[in-house]
Amino acid sequence: MENNDIIRPENLVYKKPALLNDAHMHYCPGCSHGVVHKLVAEVIEEMGMAEKAIGVSPVGCAVFAYNYIDIDWLEAAHGRATAMATATKRLMPNKLVFTYQGDGDFAAIGTCESIHSCNRGENIAIIFINNAIYGMTGGQMAPTTLLGQKTATCPYGRRADLNGYPLSITPLLAQLDGTCYVTRQSVHKPASVRKAKAAIRKAFENSMAGKGTSVVEIVSTCNTGWKLSPEKANLWMEENMFAKYPLGDLKDVESKK
Amino acid sequence: MNDKVTLMKGNEALAMAAIRYGADGYFGYPITPQSEVLEKLEEEMPWETTGMVVLQAESEVAAINMVYAGASCGKAVMTSTSSPGFSLMQEGMSYMAASEVPALVINVMRGGPGLGTIHPSQADYFQACKGGGHGDYRMVVLAPASVQEMADFVGLGWDLAFKYRCVSMILADGLIGQMMEKVVLPEQRPRRTDEEVERQCPWAVTGRTGMRPKNIITSLELDDDIMEANNLRFQATYRLIEQNEVRYETVDTEGCDYLIVAFGSMARIAMKTMELAAQEGIKVGLLRPITLWPFPYKEIAQVAAGVKGILVPELSAGQMIEDVKLAVECKVPVEHTGRMGGNVPTPEEVLDALKNQLIK
Repeated sequence: MENNDIIRPENLVYKKPALLNDAHMHYCPGCSHGVVHKLVAEVIEEMGMAEKAIGVSPVGCAVFAYNYIDIDWLEAAHGRATAMATATKRLMPNKLVFTYQGDGDFAAIGTCESIHSCNRGENIAIIFINNAIYGMTGGQMAPTTLLGQKTATCPYGRRADLNGYPLSITPLLAQLDGTCYVTRQSVHKPASVRKAKAAIRKAFENSMAGKGTSVVEIVSTCNTGWKLSPEKANLWMEENMFAKYPLGDLKDVESKK
Repeated sequence: MNDKVTLMKGNEALAMAAIRYGADGYFGYPITPQSEVLEKLEEEMPWETTGMVVLQAESEVAAINMVYAGASCGKAVMTSTSSPGFSLMQEGMSYMAASEVPALVINVMRGGPGLGTIHPSQADYFQACKGGGHGDYRMVVLAPASVQEMADFVGLGWDLAFKYRCVSMILADGLIGQMMEKVVLPEQRPRRTDEEVERQCPWAVTGRTGMRPKNIITSLELDDDIMEANNLRFQATYRLIEQNEVRYETVDTEGCDYLIVAFGSMARIAMKTMELAAQEGIKVGLLRPITLWPFPYKEIAQVAAGVKGILVPELSAGQMIEDVKLAVECKVPVEHTGRMGGNVPTPEEVLDALKNQLIK
């Protein structure tokens, strides 16, 4: 049997979501962003929300998210994505409004906006990529950088006495009355990708149902910033990141009922 | 209530005029001396009547970014603040200018620098007119001198912002904000429907209705040539605004020997100074810039041609005076007088300055 005999529409079991365009992504090979972008596009498409989705992209590696997913986008100033999403959703309550932010954007410069948007229970979804490093600016220390982890601005490893402790912000947000769903996922294995997709779908559905703020943290790799091969980065994440940032639901108001 | 004369504070007039304009949203953070804007809006509950969103943000930084988002969605959105809060908003002002989105920002100035005082000042003139944020940008700056103008400039500000896709600012001071005067509010206009917003602002982020091509609002452009072309487009808009939108008022400038150039509350005080001067036989005229940007350079030069000297009283160390000097190109003596730190000069003090510094 020739390849062309197999490549037929009736045999198609997987396709790229139509909202994910063919623009050449600037992400490094091995980076988690590409997978999460695909999931976001896929979920919007499956929910039939392409005409109603508005994304807010951050300052950081995902700044150009608007180039890859074909929906309307706002590009926020560094850290202010949830403030922008707040106003967008309040002014247009029937739209699907979400932010897509990295750890520096969401948990350092934007911490105030992040906490208050969650605390007000804004009906938005937050996709929070935690790769414990500043990717775009060249591998500097992030709020989530682990103790001992080497970066361009803690070249001998993060020290609590010099640099403070890694910030695990998601459990903080789970305590707030305004959040309805707070979860931590990853996308390094097929099973984890499927779970992450389900989490994004739930977050988006929550926002449309007006249940409050949903936060989906994706513990991610930055193999370039970590100076590891993609494969070794996945192993390093499992061994080190998951200990500080364990996966699973931290809050799901629905499941308590 | 239409056509009915009511008595209210300048800050309250801002709030009421916003509702009457059919505003979509207000996002702000309390700061003296303008907190009545948010207080009045919360008291009026416009979300129950017109559907206007009112939100007390967690900071001025959040508030201006909420405004940035609303403006990017083609909505008529605003914030109001006072000097220290306006400093916090500068990043957002620059981003809005770069994104060419229409918004209304109000600064009811207080004495600075730093936390300063809570009393009137005009010391944010440079910040408003010369660009407080980074990059080459301008915004329309309207300077109300009465509670009526506080109400009128809300609608004017938004109209200009939407016409040119720029930020309009109302630059008032604590005196105009706090004082009560007669005011006739504009008629209630309905808020635009989603369809009207999309028709008026086809560039706006609204979701891809009918699967139209996607809209992106961003201030980022890494290609230097495209970013330069963007800048040239911004500048072309600014030249157009300079041509079309200069606004000013003159009082008794015909045949006057001396000219006062003053804006906002200082112009009101100068009106009294003119009366006092007339009693002493000194003919003083007033030119009051209403738009501080675009500035009435030509108009000042024309009036200045026939006068012996110009006094520029300001509630600052002298900021607008630089533009007045540019206008008259040193052909006429230009002197500054003023108070700082929240103090306001009396009409007599201004007259003394005129006599001592120009007549001698």
